[in-house]
Amino acid sequence: MRAPLTWKAGGLLLGAVFFAAVLLVKPIGVSTQFVIFDGILWDAVSPSVVTESTEAKSGYTSTNAYLAKSGGKYAKNVENPLNYSFVFVLALIGGAALSARLRGGVEKAEKTMPAVWRANFGDEPWKRYVAAFLAGFVVLYGARMAGGCTSGHMMSGMMQTAVSGFIFAAGAFAAGIPTALVLFRKES
Amino acid sequence: MSSILLAIVIGGAFGFTLDRVGATNPNFIIRMLNLTNLHLMRTILLAIGTAALLTFGGLLTGLVDPGHLDVKDAYMGVFVGGILLGLGFAVAGYCPGTGLAAAASGRYDAMVFVLGGLAGAFGYMLTYENVKATGLLDHILGGKATLGTIAGTEYPALLGMSGELIGVVTGIAFIAIAWFLPDRLLGGKDSRVAAE
Repeated sequence: MRAPLTWKAGGLLLGAVFFAAVLLVKPIGVSTQFVIFDGILWDAVSPSVVTESTEAKSGYTSTNAYLAKSGGKYAKNVENPLNYSFVFVLALIGGAALSARLRGGVEKAEKTMPAVWRANFGDEPWKRYVAAFLAGFVVLYGARMAGGCTSGHMMSGMMQTAVSGFIFAAGAFAAGIPTALVLFRKES
Repeated sequence: MSSILLAIVIGGAFGFTLDRVGATNPNFIIRMLNLTNLHLMRTILLAIGTAALLTFGGLLTGLVDPGHLDVKDAYMGVFVGGILLGLGFAVAGYCPGTGLAAAASGRYDAMVFVLGGLAGAFGYMLTYENVKATGLLDHILGGKATLGTIAGTEYPALLGMSGELIGVVTGIAFIAIAWFLPDRLLGGKDSRVAAE
C-alpha cells in the first residue's frame, strides 16, 4: 500500500492548497454542501420549502429551521447553487476524478471495499455497503452538529488556531482511534 | 464570476491533492486510526503546520487579508459532533470531503457513503430544533475564539497574547510532530502474531 506522494511532498502540497484558499477567498469547507444539495432536492420536490423573503437578511427563508437559520444563508444557497462553496465541492469531485484517472484508477478488488475491511470482515460487498451507508449518515449528522468536518473544522480550524478546531479534532480522534483499534485488528 | 473561477481552480486542486496524498484510499485512513500506518497522519499534520505558517506569516507581512479568516463557533456540540464523525470515520475510512473524492475515484463503497451522508445531513436538518433545544449549540469559551488575539479581526482570544505569534508557533509544532512521528505506532512486521 503506497500513496502516490510521500508524506512530505503531500503535506506541503495539501498545506499550500489550504493556504491558497485563505489567501484568495476563505477557508476550505465541504460538509455544508451536503445540506445545500439536500435542500436543492427537497425544494425541487416541494417548492414551498425555500421561498423569497424580504424579512430575511439573505432575501430567502425556509420552512425548515436549519435552512432558515442565520438570516437564511443556506436557503439562499439552495436557490442559487452557482456560488463559490457549492462549485468548490463540484470541482473537488472533478479534481479527484482526474487524479485517479491519471494514475490508472482504483484496482477492481478495492472498488467494493478496502483491503483492511476485507481482512477483518470478509468479502461480501453488502456488509461493506450497509456499514458505509450508516457511517456516512453518522459522519454527516455529526459534522452538521459540529458545524464543520475534517476539512472545515480540523484542518481549516486548527490552521487558524480556532479553539473550535481543536475541540473538534479531540472529539474525532477520541472516538475514531478506539473504534478503529477494536474493529480492525487484522492487517491483511 | 471570478469567484466561480477560483472555486473551480482551488476546489479542483483540493480534490486532486486529496487523491494524490492517499486520502481517497480508506486503507490509509483506517490504518491511521488503528495506528498501524501514520502516513496520512504525518501528511495532515504537515499540511496544517504548513498552512498555519504561511497564513500567519502572511498576516504578519500584510499578504493575507485578516478578513479572509473564518473562525467557527465553539460549543459542546462541536465535541459531540466530532465524536459522531470520528465513529463513522473509523468504520468507513471516509470523511465528507474524502468520501466525495473517493467516490469520484471510482470506489463504490464511497458512493454509498455519500448517499448515507446526504441522508445524515437531511436527518440533521429535520432534527436541528431538537438539538438546539438541548443547549448543545450554546457558545462556550467565547464562541468564535482563537488561541491568541489576531490583528484586524474581532475574534475573542483564549490567551492574551499575539495570535500571529501563537499561529507561527502552532505551525512549527504541527510540523515538528509530523517530523518525529514514526511510520507506525502499533504492530510491526512480526509483532502481530505476538500481539494475538
